[in-house]
Amino acid sequence: MNDSKPLLDVKNLNVSFSVYGGKLCVLDGVNFFMYPGEKVGLVGETGCGKTTTMKAILRVLPTPPAIISSGSIHFDGKDIMGLKVDELLRVRGRGISMVFQDPTAALNPVFTIGEQFENVIKFSSSSGKSLTKKDIHQKAISALKEVSLADPERLLQSYPIQLSGGMRQRVCIGMALSTNPKLLIADEPGTSLDVTIQDQVLRLLRKLVEDYNTSVILITHTLGIVRETTNRVYVMYAGNMVEMAATHKLFLKPLHPYTKALISTVPRLTGGGITSGIPGRIPDYRNPPTGCRFHPRCPNVMDICSKEKPSVFNIEPDHGVACFLYKSDITNMKEKATKVQ
Amino acid sequence: MIDDILTITNLKKHFVIGHTGRMSGRNPITVKAIDGISFSIREGETYGLVGESGSGKSTVAYIAIGMYLPSSGSIRFRNQELFRGKEKRSREFKKAIQIVFQDPGSSLNPRQNIKQILEMPLRVTKSENNRMEQIIYLLEIVGLPPEYMYKNPGMLSGGEKQIVAIARALATNPSLVILDEPTSALDVSVQAKTINLLLKLQKEFQLSYMFITHDLSLMRNVSNRVAIMYLGKICEIADTIDFFRNPLHPYTQMLLSAIPVINEEEEKLKPEKVISTGEIPSPVNLPPGCSFHSRCPFIMNICKQVDPVMAEIEENHVVRCHLFTQPGSENGTSVPSNMIL
Amino acid sequence: MNKVTPTDHPFNSNITLEQISSLERASQRDNIGRAWYKFSRNPMSVVGLSLVVSLILLAIFAPYIAPYPKHAGPFTDFPNAKTPPGLDYLFGTDQIGRDVLSRIIFGLRSSLLMGVVVLVLVVPPGVMLGLLAGYFQDTWIDTVSMRITDIFLAVPPLILALAVASVLKPNLWNGMLAVSLMWWPWYARLVYGLTTTLRNESFVSAAEVAGASTWHILFREILPNTLSPILTKISIDIAWVIIIGSMLSFVGLGVQPPEPSLGTMIADGSRYLPDQWWISVFPALTIVLIVLGFNLMGDGVRDMFASEES
Repeated sequence: MNDSKPLLDVKNLNVSFSVYGGKLCVLDGVNFFMYPGEKVGLVGETGCGKTTTMKAILRVLPTPPAIISSGSIHFDGKDIMGLKVDELLRVRGRGISMVFQDPTAALNPVFTIGEQFENVIKFSSSSGKSLTKKDIHQKAISALKEVSLADPERLLQSYPIQLSGGMRQRVCIGMALSTNPKLLIADEPGTSLDVTIQDQVLRLLRKLVEDYNTSVILITHTLGIVRETTNRVYVMYAGNMVEMAATHKLFLKPLHPYTKALISTVPRLTGGGITSGIPGRIPDYRNPPTGCRFHPRCPNVMDICSKEKPSVFNIEPDHGVACFLYKSDITNMKEKATKVQ
Repeated sequence: MIDDILTITNLKKHFVIGHTGRMSGRNPITVKAIDGISFSIREGETYGLVGESGSGKSTVAYIAIGMYLPSSGSIRFRNQELFRGKEKRSREFKKAIQIVFQDPGSSLNPRQNIKQILEMPLRVTKSENNRMEQIIYLLEIVGLPPEYMYKNPGMLSGGEKQIVAIARALATNPSLVILDEPTSALDVSVQAKTINLLLKLQKEFQLSYMFITHDLSLMRNVSNRVAIMYLGKICEIADTIDFFRNPLHPYTQMLLSAIPVINEEEEKLKPEKVISTGEIPSPVNLPPGCSFHSRCPFIMNICKQVDPVMAEIEENHVVRCHLFTQPGSENGTSVPSNMIL
Repeated sequence: MNKVTPTDHPFNSNITLEQISSLERASQRDNIGRAWYKFSRNPMSVVGLSLVVSLILLAIFAPYIAPYPKHAGPFTDFPNAKTPPGLDYLFGTDQIGRDVLSRIIFGLRSSLLMGVVVLVLVVPPGVMLGLLAGYFQDTWIDTVSMRITDIFLAVPPLILALAVASVLKPNLWNGMLAVSLMWWPWYARLVYGLTTTLRNESFVSAAEVAGASTWHILFREILPNTLSPILTKISIDIAWVIIIGSMLSFVGLGVQPPEPSLGTMIADGSRYLPDQWWISVFPALTIVLIVLGFNLMGDGVRDMFASEES
């Protein structure tokens, strides 16, 4: 693996929200790390907590009603939760950039693209305040060219509403990458786009990420995108990371029952009908299931699953799963290892 | 011989969105949302309609459901014209053709509870029986317990909301249900459940479906026949199996190649030569000739000038492309536009 | 071929009518609890609500609470006139010897009554017009309604109120009428804007497609979604109407003496500033309290309708 420090290290993050009728215990000890240069996918369905995790990393969770009860988040060696506001702003501007799901909502409709670019560049570079208008303009033009947008001069004068969805998303990507961030978080970047446009945008993202060697977190519920774009994947369910693996391994041999079920529900181009989905629904966070949060819906549920929460068992160095089904595999492996010695 | 439940012949819908020029010589700016399409749906089948933004697929749905009047052409339900002159549809058609909208979040009134939502179509059709019983029954057939009656849509998950929308559509005893991207807003495992419910209901109540989506993998597993739309015209129609085995139209191939798939088998099915390029042109300024030529990798001179006509290439497989109707190209007999498959 | 149709199928579920009604009651309780939770998130809203409730109770039970109820009518007591605030007269007495506190409590009646009556007169027609004009946008209904609204809005409001009040006999009811005439256009405008947006929502299309009547669409589908801004506006408007009513009384066009009214009291007392400050200041503070209460409560009303999804 990498001997350098992890770029992002989230340990045991617990986040809950206070609402009518109690507390929603959403994130239940989330562990997540990534090294520089990696492209990590975060897969999970609506309500699993992936957006909450990202918001916690960027520290944009509104703290009432959110309560971060424990855990630590380190980015580039710095403790995010302990940062003062001005340091935090620097991290947000230059360390981490984000591309959102809906480019229409991410762009301010009353400002031109050029004005918004100007703001992004000014607030994010260390010498931002001393950049001349001409420099900023040049930076914006080159960023737009990077994302293959034709006629950047005219584009800078346009308003977001004059652009198509795909162009808007490309502008957002251009803005996000123009600040040369160490980490790019892309939250469902293609979902609101047509499929042919989505394909183009994702290919562009892949290329740019290679060119700039930016680390990427790609959040999505579409498994196909993860397969094409990432080299490592986290699968999240109900506020827990249930499986983590190198991408090809996850699709070749998924271990966690949830991952298996999820993969099976994807309709195939080769036909075969639609499977029946996963029985039950996502848990009520006010009263989450005891032990493993997936156990009420798990086809392989055992007694221990409702009593204890499984920790992550690393079957291979790049494949870990939080499921008691594999506990014995680990003990077997350990025995073998000691025998060899 | 199975009868057709819906027959559309040379349907056109043009919207005037503004005017150019001064008061005296104003020219209307029209959007040709649908520009001469013909197809028919058989009793009991699931007919897939595929297209991206601007294709007009939703407009077809809205005309069938009576929200828009066609500009020209005919649309017949069991051989009866839906629109006689400029009148709106009769009550019988309103009961027989129903729709499930795309976004479950906005298709249910957030200020009503489920009971009121399901009661509305029952009240409108002045059903005689005990309404409470009917509502509970509707919930039962879609798999929701009676307790859901007094919940607000905000308390339901996306999948559950869509299931309520389906129940509402069934309340009037329809024969044809138009499903406008029914699962696009849902997670993949919830999509599986919803599709299974739709298929079960289809069998139980002998429904016909017009299934509109942009997800070709889903289409492969759900529909009997597929029609591809692009900028208001149909590009290709075929039985599902033939369609995926032998996609003819370059746009079809472009769509197929853009799908993110999750295993090698499916990768092999994707056409290699065609990658998505270019923007979807605005339906206001349509280029002359074939509307797809600006993005077509196989463009020929004639494509810029002459709009191609439908040609039958295999049995029940028609395509509208000069590649197949040019003298010297693959054999094909052209199909007059008023003949429907 | 006989089709099995959804609504002909025999009824399977074994839930009883009693269980259904208890479900209904449970969900109503839940809704109320939820609404209160959202309202009370902000403690200031609760403060506002308490203020408003206290003022209303004071007004209703004025004869029993006011220390000198007779002072609210024709009464003179010149020996005790202009007494500063003290143990006998908590807020002092005015220039004729009447207890300021008692008169304030009775004055609350006309103020609050004005607030309520004006809004009762104004809200239904304004909302109705807004709904119709908004739903039938770009038809003659829209044009006529909105142009009438524009005309009323173009007249300077206070002048309109003064003009009407001075033409008719000056008393509380005519004052209310005057204020109503200038108030209703705002509701029409508000609801018009909301309706034009709402009518494009899918759930309205779903109702139209099913064949629902216009009445159903306007009142069952669209109106419930406009309640939040309307109710928030109402709670803040009550305060405004009370201020305008006081202004009318201040210039002598509202409640006539000897009936107490906050505005008249301020006007009467202004002659004796700054020495006998209590005659004007306490009624003025009361108005401030009323406005504060309703405004704070209005925040809570707005929060109450906010959706919870997050």
